[in-house]
Amino acid sequence: MVEQALSDVKVLDLTWHIAGPYCTKLLADYGADVIKVERPGKGDPARAMGPFFKDEPNPEKSGLFLHLNTNKKGVTLNLNSATGKKIFKQLVADSDILVESFSPHVMSGLGLDYQTLEKINPRLVMVSISSFGQTGPYRDFKASEIVEYAMGGEMYSTGSAGREPLKLGGNVIQYQSGTVAAVATLGAFYAAEFQEIGQHVDVSIMETQAGSADRRIMYILSYIMAGVITTRWPPPREAVRMLIMPQGVYPCKDGFVNTLSLPQWWSRYIEALGMPELKDDPRFQNIYSAEAGMEFDAIWYSWLADHTKEELFEIFLKSKIASAPVNSPQDLLKNAQLEARGYFVEVDHPETGKVTYPGAPFKMSETSWQIRQPAPLLGQHNEEIYCGRLGYTKQELVKLREGGII
Amino acid sequence: MAKLPLEGVRIVALPVVFAGPFATMLLADLGAEVILVESIHHFPTITRGYMPRPPQFLVPTTGATFGGSGGIQTYVNHWAGDRPWDRFVMFHALGRNKLSCCIDITRPQGVEVFKRLVKVSDVFFESNAADTMEKLNLTYDVLKKVNPGLIYLSMPGLGCSGPHKYCTVFGAQLQALAGHTWLTRYPDLDYTTTQSLIFHSDAAAGAIAAFAVLCALRYRKRTGKGQFIDLAQLESVIPHLGEAIMDYTMNGRVQEPLGNRHPSMAPHGVYRCLGDDKWVALSVSSEEEWQKLCHALGDPPWSKEERFSTPLNRLKNQDELDKYIEEWTCRHDNYEVMYILQREGIAAGPVLDQRDAFHDAQLASRGFFEQVSHREAGTHLYPGMLWKMGKTPISIRKPPPCLGEHNDYVFKEVLGMSDGEIAELEKDKLIGGDEYICESIF
Repeated sequence: MVEQALSDVKVLDLTWHIAGPYCTKLLADYGADVIKVERPGKGDPARAMGPFFKDEPNPEKSGLFLHLNTNKKGVTLNLNSATGKKIFKQLVADSDILVESFSPHVMSGLGLDYQTLEKINPRLVMVSISSFGQTGPYRDFKASEIVEYAMGGEMYSTGSAGREPLKLGGNVIQYQSGTVAAVATLGAFYAAEFQEIGQHVDVSIMETQAGSADRRIMYILSYIMAGVITTRWPPPREAVRMLIMPQGVYPCKDGFVNTLSLPQWWSRYIEALGMPELKDDPRFQNIYSAEAGMEFDAIWYSWLADHTKEELFEIFLKSKIASAPVNSPQDLLKNAQLEARGYFVEVDHPETGKVTYPGAPFKMSETSWQIRQPAPLLGQHNEEIYCGRLGYTKQELVKLREGGII
Repeated sequence: MAKLPLEGVRIVALPVVFAGPFATMLLADLGAEVILVESIHHFPTITRGYMPRPPQFLVPTTGATFGGSGGIQTYVNHWAGDRPWDRFVMFHALGRNKLSCCIDITRPQGVEVFKRLVKVSDVFFESNAADTMEKLNLTYDVLKKVNPGLIYLSMPGLGCSGPHKYCTVFGAQLQALAGHTWLTRYPDLDYTTTQSLIFHSDAAAGAIAAFAVLCALRYRKRTGKGQFIDLAQLESVIPHLGEAIMDYTMNGRVQEPLGNRHPSMAPHGVYRCLGDDKWVALSVSSEEEWQKLCHALGDPPWSKEERFSTPLNRLKNQDELDKYIEEWTCRHDNYEVMYILQREGIAAGPVLDQRDAFHDAQLASRGFFEQVSHREAGTHLYPGMLWKMGKTPISIRKPPPCLGEHNDYVFKEVLGMSDGEIAELEKDKLIGGDEYICESIF
């Protein structure tokens, strides 16, 4: 087996939905041995969320679940039962890291809080991921992607002036907070592995957003240090122009491109447009002129309308102007750069066959990112873990199943 | 008291703009000694300001200014002062717990000093364009000869290989390339009229870069081996749209933007509240929650209508449903809506502007904001740690560094230079702080 950065790190995974599973997916994809514990019967609620393979709702065919749970082993366990708790504690004793994403009262309600688990395994790193944290007046509040972005993130200034604040597409706040949780997890694990300090880490999704760049942390500090409230801004055509050159999203022949301008780039634009005569055009001698910007727009829009987004990308690449096409998911799958770097990977799964998944978020020269196995079927590794690791017999396993424990 | 997790780990950093500084901030929070190598000859755009000495008319006094949303160009108290690079708020936001020294790495004697620093460090971290380190001749191949165990991370927009390696991109372009712009839009507007100046790639790539360094540090501690990390910011943000990618690869479906709506939940959105530009976000995920919402609203007659009777009907008739809900939210303060609905167990919360966030009860009760005194900026509360650790509590230990503030520490204590050697290098401005600033540039 190839050595990976996190080889031999044992993770017990009690997370569900997106943020927690993305955290443990990062650990698993870089080599950690992750055991995902699901409730018997239904498993992770993400199994019931789409998109489904061939649009057929099936707990083994959720694209969301398959994406988020690669490289994990799956067991089922009923943590409400005494036997389930006993088995869980046996797993804790044999783990380096426990990640959970229940509401804050759940683990203590089960009698499985850090104070209890620390006695079983003093070097345990226990990471709790919750919407608002383990303490405070909102501790037990409910949240969702849109609520977390509204309260923690920079939703207030996302979107157009005069319109309502706009959510970022998809569930990106969940993914980003899961990534921050993975940083917290590895930081704590580093202290556990090399200083023998186990501890409890409390990750509040609201705080991960309030403390993150782009742009919440900067804008909050702008308010504190200068009283600035940053709000939603008009789109390019309605905004006050400060440069001749364009900035923002513009239409082209077959879609849209996003362009950014720096004052020193006027000559690059002239080159990109193939219009050297603009250099001496009396209208464009002051690059900070808003009127000149309006004049330039006429040239700019008609030039864009003659070119496809791919053509424009090549032109801007050569001229070193920051401009890029507004890609759809379909465009990504045929992107030349991603293809050249072997980004997307094919994963074979018993219920779906081979499907293309997003690949490594970063490449390491010595230790690889790799898909060793697809997401687990519900309870797929019960026998391997309970019999192989904990020493239960097959007869005992049958009894546990009949008793609804697994 | 226990040591911080990364105490004893030294990271030399050349980070610019946001993603790199955010990543190194997370590592510095964990206890790593992050040394920024800065310059008195070169002014990197945006990191410590848009220009070294902005004329006062470009120092915004409101949120609405040049180039977009104003919070990005703010100076402390709207005054750039004698050392604007030490008063730029964006730098303050991500600068905590780091050290700064100035070395001219464009000249051979400066490079020698820089290499001495790399030699006694564990990690070299840079977030410049793909050709920057090549032009400086400070690529991994060069620096690993100086320090064979070095961890070297580069995070250009599109990665360190491939036909588009040298593509010039900022957050806005990464957002567009990665499919995030595609999915972030008002359904009734197009991409030219939907403005979004929030670029998820900085938050996403910054966090994953810190994770990458931790992976490499752990491997190195076990094996003694360093390595090169090639982090394409584009590739690090694509997994955040995993559902949309999988929908395409499994079903050939290109997902369209939903604005504030959700593929299966209704109501789901942002609703106007009492006050100027005040909003509340809420989402209802089950029949049970729908009943609770109706109850919280006083079971109005419309809630019993056939067109809102099932989740599918509510999804189909969202425009009408949203109007009814907004009629109710409009009469309440956004925090009040949160308390009314949360009491019933419904996910709801105000869209917090920056002032509301600063005064929010949850962040305050958890001590999120920490007081920091800074030589050039004075004393303020700063946004603090992104998570809490029980036995190795992390905090803001040091204010964001002034340019070259730690020259003495780095050159004398870390590199063991003599006063004579330092004076010699300072004379040629190869090292030195802003007392030696290059007036033609700054």
